[in-house]
Amino acid sequence: MSILPPNHWSARSHNILAEQSLLNRRALLGKGAALAGAGLGAATAGVSGAAAEPLKDEKWSLEFGSTIPAVQERSPFEKNVVRTLSNPNGEMRNSHARTQHQLLGGTLTPNSQFFTISHCGVPNIDPAKHKLVIHGKVRQPLEFTLDTLARYPMVTRTAFVECAGNSAPLFSNQPMQITCGAIHGLVSNAEWSGVRLSTLLEEAGVDPTAKWLVAEGADAQLLTRSVPIKKAMDDCLIVLYQNGERLMPGNGYPMRLLVPGYQGNMNVKHVRRIKVIDQPAYTFFETKNYSQILPGGKTWRFNFLMQVKSFITYPTLGHQLKEPGFYNISGVAYSGNGRISKVMVSADGGKSWGEAALQGSVNDKSFTRFNMPWRWDGQPAVITSRAWDESGASQPLRAEFISARGQTSEPVTNPLLFPSQHYNSLTSWGIDSKGEIKHVYA
Amino acid sequence: MSMRNLGRAATLAASLVAVAGLASAQSPNLGKKITEADIQQWDTAILPDGTGLPPGSGTFAQGAKVYAEKCQSCHAEGGKGGGAPGAGALIGGGPLNAINTPKTIKNYYAYATTVFDYIRRGMPYNSPRSLPDNEVYAVTAYILGLNKLIGEKDVMDAKTLPQVKMPNQDNFIMPYPDRI
Ligand code: HEC
Repeated sequence: MSILPPNHWSARSHNILAEQSLLNRRALLGKGAALAGAGLGAATAGVSGAAAEPLKDEKWSLEFGSTIPAVQERSPFEKNVVRTLSNPNGEMRNSHARTQHQLLGGTLTPNSQFFTISHCGVPNIDPAKHKLVIHGKVRQPLEFTLDTLARYPMVTRTAFVECAGNSAPLFSNQPMQITCGAIHGLVSNAEWSGVRLSTLLEEAGVDPTAKWLVAEGADAQLLTRSVPIKKAMDDCLIVLYQNGERLMPGNGYPMRLLVPGYQGNMNVKHVRRIKVIDQPAYTFFETKNYSQILPGGKTWRFNFLMQVKSFITYPTLGHQLKEPGFYNISGVAYSGNGRISKVMVSADGGKSWGEAALQGSVNDKSFTRFNMPWRWDGQPAVITSRAWDESGASQPLRAEFISARGQTSEPVTNPLLFPSQHYNSLTSWGIDSKGEIKHVYA
Repeated sequence: MSMRNLGRAATLAASLVAVAGLASAQSPNLGKKITEADIQQWDTAILPDGTGLPPGSGTFAQGAKVYAEKCQSCHAEGGKGGGAPGAGALIGGGPLNAINTPKTIKNYYAYATTVFDYIRRGMPYNSPRSLPDNEVYAVTAYILGLNKLIGEKDVMDAKTLPQVKMPNQDNFIMPYPDRI
């Protein structure tokens, strides 16, 4: 596979659009005439081929509905939309719950579906007794409660949180036949509300020699991570609300550190202590778990940033294309560097690309949903996406990524393993002539 | 608006603090002042240079006893690992010649203080923070000794522990030095 520089890609993409089945987004966003010209007319004719039946009222339109519950639940028809669990029987070890992106839409992950990793179970914290202390290299150590923090000016923003080990199955030298959620389920995106950490640090008075802080949770292992002061003063928050309600217990109730765009594990849940220090602590989690081995045996530490990434959520493994015709290829893109600037989609395994439409507002270090209308001609196809961010960084192509970061020498068979971390190359899905979808490397 | 209400609105406006450009004088300042002495029981952060290490000491032989009683049920005999789900090996570890080489204390950790800190905050897994500091030093000495990172006679304390040279210590690179 040849690797082209980013400017080459974008220059080429529009010329090539006409030659393939990706429908220019401008056609869909704007003029209907262009849409028909792009071949959609033929496709819809096929869909409407089956004879329509006369309409009649269904049972639910003829009877009084059910009582409105105090806390509402999803339709019973959506019972399959659940996180997948690595430790369903609650064995005394770590556990992961993965978001099934292929079953969701939009950009905000519902709280019930937000991914969770716990290294020692989820603590059951009484918010009235929870305290947050800030101390160490400060003028005046301070103690905060949920009540005092509730009186502070509150900031609301969206941000993704991504485990360093998200997408780890893609380090397997053979594509694993698992769903989008099994591959990418350790990232989720929410709207967070909380207090700027810089406000609290300024009140405590940070010593000029301080370079780091070490943040500690109130879980059984007192999970601890070192965070640079630079980042803490920039955009870190002590968050109290997740998508408008108090944090979920598995996502840090009653307060967590939000470190936008940095490794998920640094976003310390149930945060109870922040110690300002002049050197990093080299805690267990930054020394072992969330540090990576590179080809050649060197190792990375303090690999903070979650780099630009995108993945298609529809159509992917588990979906089925029932007939040729129009489909909307959709997915999410995000970057720890800032905003997404562009997403390109290919339906021929990367030979040609079209620029996808970015939906809604494009937020800093947050999910952006992309759409690419596509007319499937019933022939084998390989769909994939590639994102760019406002810093100019783009997702590396797989060949390029693997040569820098390596892959396993044997196929991985257990999707719960983490052969390495920080995968941000492409994810591709192969569609055969029956419309069945497989995970492939392109 | 009545005069009374007008007056009220004026006081309200005067007491509103501009949120943008919050100066420290205007900051809410609602944190309760607390002393380092009051935080002491929580203040367990240990730095690689030994800052934060508590008084006390322990040896390999003392650690072997602690281990048999409080760790072996999960980490198996001699730190082989696998006595309970998720409880990995505390000994051994091959060269880092594949991206998925299992990471161990011997082949991976940068500082011995990390071993002490992790055990002190999280082990035994089913009874965290039940070990007195002397036992944490001892069982750390035992694990480091099993890995031949220290001698069996070496005493581990606040002075000696940070001096233990871990094999992978100088093998780390930092991808984002500009972000610190
Ligand atoms: C109830 C079972 C259990 C007991 C008892 C226990 N551990 Fe653990 N230990 C674990 C589990 C599970 C993990 C992995 C935790 C994780 O995945 O985050 C672990 C991890 C560790 C690690 C990190 C190893 C590594 O590099 O990954 C060390 C060190 C450790 N234990 C030491 C001890 C010591 C010392 C004792 C006795 C004082 C002890 N453990 C008792 C279950 C146990």
